[in-house]
Amino acid sequence: MKLAFPILGVLTAILLSYALYMALVVAPTEQTMGDVQRIFYYHVPSAWTAFILFTINFVASIVYLVRRKPAADIVALVSAEVGVVFCTIVLVTGPIWARPVWGIWWTWDMRLTSTLVLWLIYVSYLVLRRFSASGETPVLAAALAIFGALCVPFVYFSIWFFRTQHPQPVMGGGGSIDPRMLHVLLINWLAFSCFAFLVCWSRYRLEKVQRDVEQAHAMASLGQSSRSTR
Amino acid sequence: MNRYLLAAYAATWIIHIAYLSTLVSRYTKLKREIDELKKS
Repeated sequence: MKLAFPILGVLTAILLSYALYMALVVAPTEQTMGDVQRIFYYHVPSAWTAFILFTINFVASIVYLVRRKPAADIVALVSAEVGVVFCTIVLVTGPIWARPVWGIWWTWDMRLTSTLVLWLIYVSYLVLRRFSASGETPVLAAALAIFGALCVPFVYFSIWFFRTQHPQPVMGGGGSIDPRMLHVLLINWLAFSCFAFLVCWSRYRLEKVQRDVEQAHAMASLGQSSRSTR
Repeated sequence: MNRYLLAAYAATWIIHIAYLSTLVSRYTKLKREIDELKKS
């Protein structure tokens, strides 16, 4: 078990390197956009990974509200935090891709705006978790997480239901993609999912130890105060 | 290499590395606290 983390870490590093090679060298060059289209292999897997992490956050929040298990609360916190990192990447790589292709960095269309709103909801979730000292913070955060998760399908399906500047989905919804590009996309998604899993795992362990240390501090100060009253 | 492509890939890894650095610094701080707790 002790070796599982380093072994998975090495395998993920190899997979990420292979995915990068596939994205930059093996994937065919798109005819209209040229090489800049290769941003797609980082932009789309990051978005899918963020959606999965926000869904995990949603499930863990419901489990916490129903069973009040601290482990579910930690999973919710960790998945939201790592999800925000991936969503930030989507919001950064999107405009970098849009500038040469659309001629603008940003437009307030439904997909872009809803993604920004989703990011803001989860950032506010993390701010609430970080700065609220109330004992009810995990419950409030879980309620906010459920609200935030409702935005995930809205962001995903926004390009199906609204006329947007953003292209149609690559899988389903009328979009199509070259099978070689799809293969590279799925490899990159797998690599980023493994990376996200590893980061979540480390963050989970860190949070668990942090809570144990806080408890030990509380016990130590209780011990000190009881000694001083004697 | 296209400069926008380079910027997007670099930005992705800068964000990931920045986040991983915060985890490392939190871990270092926590380790110090554990050592202090053990001493006391």
